[in-house]
Amino acid sequence: MKKSNKALLALVATLAVGSMLIAGCSSGGGSITIGGSTTVQPLSEAWMEEFTVDNDVEISVQGGGSSAGVKGAEEGTLDIGAASREMKDSEKTDFPELVVFHVAADGVAIVVHPSNSTEDLTLDEVRDIYAAGSNDEWTVINREEGSGTREVYEDIVMDGTEVSPNAEFLPSNGAVKEKVASTDNAIGYISLGYVDSSVKPVKVNGVVCSEANVINGSYPVMRYLNYITKGEPEGIVKDYIDYCLSDEGQQIAADEGYIKLG
Amino acid sequence: MALANPPSILFVSVVGGPSMSRYFIDRWSSRVVLAFGITSFVVLVFIAGFIIRESMPALQEVGIFRILFGTEWYPRYDKYGILTMVVGSVLVTIVSLGIAVPLSLGAAVLLAEVAPENVRRIVRPAIELLVGIPSVVFGLVGMVWLAPLIADLGGKGSGSSVLAASIVLAVMVLPTITSISEDSIRALPRTYKEGALALGATHWQTIWRVLVPSAKRGIMAGAILGTGRAIGETMAMVMVIGNSPIFPSGLLSPARTLTGNIAVEIAAAVGTHQSVLYVTGLVLFVLVMIINSASVLAYKRKVD
Repeated sequence: MKKSNKALLALVATLAVGSMLIAGCSSGGGSITIGGSTTVQPLSEAWMEEFTVDNDVEISVQGGGSSAGVKGAEEGTLDIGAASREMKDSEKTDFPELVVFHVAADGVAIVVHPSNSTEDLTLDEVRDIYAAGSNDEWTVINREEGSGTREVYEDIVMDGTEVSPNAEFLPSNGAVKEKVASTDNAIGYISLGYVDSSVKPVKVNGVVCSEANVINGSYPVMRYLNYITKGEPEGIVKDYIDYCLSDEGQQIAADEGYIKLG
Repeated sequence: MALANPPSILFVSVVGGPSMSRYFIDRWSSRVVLAFGITSFVVLVFIAGFIIRESMPALQEVGIFRILFGTEWYPRYDKYGILTMVVGSVLVTIVSLGIAVPLSLGAAVLLAEVAPENVRRIVRPAIELLVGIPSVVFGLVGMVWLAPLIADLGGKGSGSSVLAASIVLAVMVLPTITSISEDSIRALPRTYKEGALALGATHWQTIWRVLVPSAKRGIMAGAILGTGRAIGETMAMVMVIGNSPIFPSGLLSPARTLTGNIAVEIAAAVGTHQSVLYVTGLVLFVLVMIINSASVLAYKRKVD
C-alpha cells in the first residue's frame, strides 16, 4: 500500500486503540450514576467532588428533570434518582420498591430581569400572570412537564389553576435562569440554589426568598430535595448517601446555597 | 466459503490464484452484501414495529383523533392534543424552505454558471462545510445571538419564535438544496446552453429561462430532501422556538414542533404520556415517509 495510506492507517489505528484504552480506564471501586432533577444536580456535583477524594468510585451526574429521576431509578438506568419534589401517589402505587431519602431542602424563587422595577408580588398575582400567559407586560417562562420544580410550583402557587400554554417551556433551571437574565420583561421560577446576580428574585407576599425564611416557613414555596433508590441502598451507594446526610455533607449543601435538613 | 479458506485468500491476493477461490469470493461477496442490505431493511421494520407497539396504549386509551386533532397539550390534566405541534412543525418547515430555496437556487446558479473557478473553489467547500456542523451548534448560535436580535427588532418577548427557528433551519438545509440543484444544472446537456446562446439569448436569459426550468425536477428533489431534514430537526428547534404548545399567532410567536415535544418530555414521561409521545413519533415517521416517497418519485420522473 502507498506510504501515505500506511501512515493514515497507522494513525487511525493508534487513535482507535488509544481511545479504547482510555475509555477502559475506570476506577477499581465501581461507579454510581445519579440523574434527574436539575435542581439537585449542582448539589450532587458538589458532593461528588468531595466524596471521590477519599473514595475510589466514579460518579456521573446527569440532569433530565425529577420525573426522569424517578423513572430512571425504577428502570435501573440510574443508581440514584434525584427529585426536587415528593413522589406522586401514582408513582408510589406504580413503583412500590422505590425508597426516598430527604437530602436537603430548597426554596423556589420567583425571578425577573435585574432591570425590572417589580419588587414584590402576592401569590395570587403570580398565579394570575402564569394563568394568563405571555402578553405585552410579561414574557412567561415555565418548565417542561417532567420538572420537579414545576410540580412544586404548580402545587403551591397555581393550586389547581392551569398555567397558560402561551409561555416558553425550557428544560432546566439553568436554561430558565439564562432566559430571564436576557429578557427584559421575563418572569420565571428557579431553585433558590441557582439564584445569582444575573436575575432578581422578587418578594412573595412581602417575604424575601432566603434560606432563613424558607426554614422558618414564612416563604411559601419550599420543597425537600430527594435521592431515590430502588430498594434499600447497599455498598458504595449507601456510603455515598450516608456522606450526603452527614454533618460535612450537609454543610456542603448549605455552602452551595441549599438548606440543611433538621 | 472463502473466509473458511484463509490460504486461498492469501494466494489469491498475492498471485491472482486459482479460479476456484475467485469463484467462491465472487459467489459469496454478493450474498454478503445482500445480507447487509436486508439487515438494514430489517432494522427499519423493527424500529417501525417498536414505535407502533409502544403507541398502542395511547391509541387505545386516548384515540388517534383526540391526539391528532386535539388542540390542548397538558399531560398533567390528561390533555394530549398535538395539533398545535403539527402546525408548528409544518409552519417552520414552510417558512424555512421559503428562505432556503431562493438562496440555494441563487447559490447553485452562482456555482454552476456565474462564478469563476477560483471563486467556486472557495464557495463550494464552504457551503459543504455547513453540513458537517452539528445542529446543536446552530441552536446555540440561534439562542445566544439570533433570538435576542429578533427580540430587539420585534420589540417584545425573548425572541424565541417561529422566525428564529426558520432562519436556523434554513441555514441547515441550504447546503443540501444547493449542492443537489447545482449538480442538476451542471448535468444538463451543453446543447441547451449553447443552443440558447446561439439563438441570441443573453447569459441571464439562458440561465433563468432555459437552464433552471430544465433542471426544475432535480431542484425540486433537492428541496424535498431539505424538507425531510427540516421536519426531523430537533435540537436546534428546542433551543430557539420557545416550546410553547400553542398555535403560532405570527412569525414572532413562539411555538412547539413535534420533534421538540418528544425531546423535551420523553425522559420524564411514563405510562399514557410516554405512549402519546410514541404516537407523536409515529406521526413524524409517516410524514417523513410521505416526503421521502415524493422525493423518490420526483427524481424518477427527472431521469425520464
